[in-house]
Amino acid sequence: MSILVNAETRLVVQGITGSAGSFHAKQCMEYGTNLVAGVTPGKGGQKFEGKVPIFDTVEQAMKATGANASVVFVPPPFAADSIMEAADAKMPLVITITEGIPVNDMVKAKRFLQGTSTRLIGPNCPGVITPGGKCKIGIMPGHIHRPGRIGVVSRSGTLTYEAVFQITGLGLGQSTAVGIGGDPVNGTNFIDVLKLFNEDAETDAVIMIGEIGGSAEEEAAAWVQANFKKPIAGFIAGASAPPGKRMGHAGAIIAGGKGTAAEKVKAMSAAGYVMAASPSELGTTLVEAMKRKGMKV
Amino acid sequence: MKIHEYQGKQIFKKYGVPVPRGIVVRSVDDAEKAAKELGTKVTVVKAQIHAGGRGKGGGVKIAKSPAEAKEHASKILGMMLKTLQTGPEGQKVQTLYVEEGLDIDKEFYLGVTLDRATSRITFMASTEGGVEIEEVAEKHPEKILREAVDPAVGFQAFQGRKLAYGLGLTGDSVNAFVKFCTALYRAYMETDAGLAEINPLVRLKDGSIVALDSKMTFDDNALYRQKEVVEMRDIAEEDEREAKAKEFDLAYISLHGNIGCMVNGAGLAMATMDTIKLVGGEPANFLDVGGGATKEKVTAAFKLILADPAVKAVLVNIFGGIMKCDVIAEGIVAAAKEVQLKIPLVVRLEGTNVELGKQILANSGLKITPADNLRQAAEKAVAALKS
Repeated sequence: MSILVNAETRLVVQGITGSAGSFHAKQCMEYGTNLVAGVTPGKGGQKFEGKVPIFDTVEQAMKATGANASVVFVPPPFAADSIMEAADAKMPLVITITEGIPVNDMVKAKRFLQGTSTRLIGPNCPGVITPGGKCKIGIMPGHIHRPGRIGVVSRSGTLTYEAVFQITGLGLGQSTAVGIGGDPVNGTNFIDVLKLFNEDAETDAVIMIGEIGGSAEEEAAAWVQANFKKPIAGFIAGASAPPGKRMGHAGAIIAGGKGTAAEKVKAMSAAGYVMAASPSELGTTLVEAMKRKGMKV
Repeated sequence: MKIHEYQGKQIFKKYGVPVPRGIVVRSVDDAEKAAKELGTKVTVVKAQIHAGGRGKGGGVKIAKSPAEAKEHASKILGMMLKTLQTGPEGQKVQTLYVEEGLDIDKEFYLGVTLDRATSRITFMASTEGGVEIEEVAEKHPEKILREAVDPAVGFQAFQGRKLAYGLGLTGDSVNAFVKFCTALYRAYMETDAGLAEINPLVRLKDGSIVALDSKMTFDDNALYRQKEVVEMRDIAEEDEREAKAKEFDLAYISLHGNIGCMVNGAGLAMATMDTIKLVGGEPANFLDVGGGATKEKVTAAFKLILADPAVKAVLVNIFGGIMKCDVIAEGIVAAAKEVQLKIPLVVRLEGTNVELGKQILANSGLKITPADNLRQAAEKAVAALKS
């Protein structure tokens, strides 16, 4: 099963002729993703890599190719507009990789998405990958993944890779790995993804990686305590971060004494997460969480 | 990006948010002149630095005459102002704002910022003005009134009335407050602010509402379309290395330890700092070189890290995703040679072509300590300090 994306996913790349868009579109194709279309206004009628048709609008791309997911590589000033365009075309899933979108643009885009059937992942995220379905949508290195039964959800890109790499190294694999992004306003949150993993018959256990700032991890912990049935491990980055400083991600900031790693670790531990003390122990901590629930690993 | 109080008030004024009259000065004599020109019985001399808590630190003084304004100015100008937000060394005061004194009846708190839980710009108001709002939020959360703005329609008058009546305002002050908030919302949105905080907001004896203070920060991601805001940037107030980092598109934050860090990805960079601390070391900085750890970026990053005299060892932690480890290793070697690195360098590489990458490091002729995982890398960096 997996979640969000699979072998049936038909992908359109928004911003396919830009440098990031074209580079990663090629990488996704090489991994096995079914890339059916690209969108760049003004370049409709051209072909990407000699075979993928390019359209002027998302609506045209969907009509012509039956695409059911899009990935946004459009530069920050225009990215929120691209997200809204995809939602207007009734695209079911929009994964936004673009980093650096103005917060107010995202506030408006998120309001625009209300009441639509579109699910937004990101922005400022590595994307979503289901190794078993050979479906990679995003910028993650495909080769570190392996088909398996572990769900991964994270606010950070390279820390997701770290988790995936360790899980693969232990002989396990991933059902789906989801990067929800490091921005203060994002589409899909931890709870949304955890709900999907909870119901996914092919996910046995989950690792959730958070970071300082906001209260998304605390909210997820409360939900996990009440609803989550599977083993779950966790890690929070930023225990050593000083307050008031934006740690690379716009969302990673301890403001007004809130959003510290200590608070998050406490809430998650209390909710039943097995917490990794260091990022070198993401894989082993996950195994520990599975063993504690009586699973053989 | 941060700006000074007086600059925030310039923005307020432009959008019709009432502020006291004031004059910016950079010399003691001009402070006296400004107080004379304002002509009020009382004036206030305020240090302009990018940090709050100025009053408690002795950076805000009331003057009953131009001569007294001059005297205050002579003490504040040039002082190292220490507040809760500046750090122990304080921040040098180079600019003063001399403001008219007002007939204050009551103080309030008003703040506008993003509420991440709802993804809405949210007004927060409280009768507990003038004090640390974080403390109020902690001890008396019920004393903070909130109004989330629907971005589709903007701030509405009824929301202003709800806040005004909630604060206990009456008569003409209610409408004045509604107008104030409407103007403030426009100022916030049109400048792509991240925070607009007024503490205190005051009601004068005549019922009018005035911003006695202003604290504004801006969304760095939106600066490309905020020319006027960018012009307000005061580099003297920023950490020199952090400002330099921005030029190279590196995310850098200086800290107080001695192990310099270079990592790709913000989450992994934080996790690297955490691990150094976990094994008994102190990170000197946060540094995210981003996805494309090219030779140019790595060189710039090395230079930044080494410009901090406290750094006694460097830890490089790169998870080569799309970029291959051999390319990254070549970049590290070339950069280390270019900057003539003399202190211990611990490198942890992972990802595609990692063996090839490690070989390049080993054959470089440089004294590079390899590490297989992050914890080991941190331990080796800490050990290197002792040898």
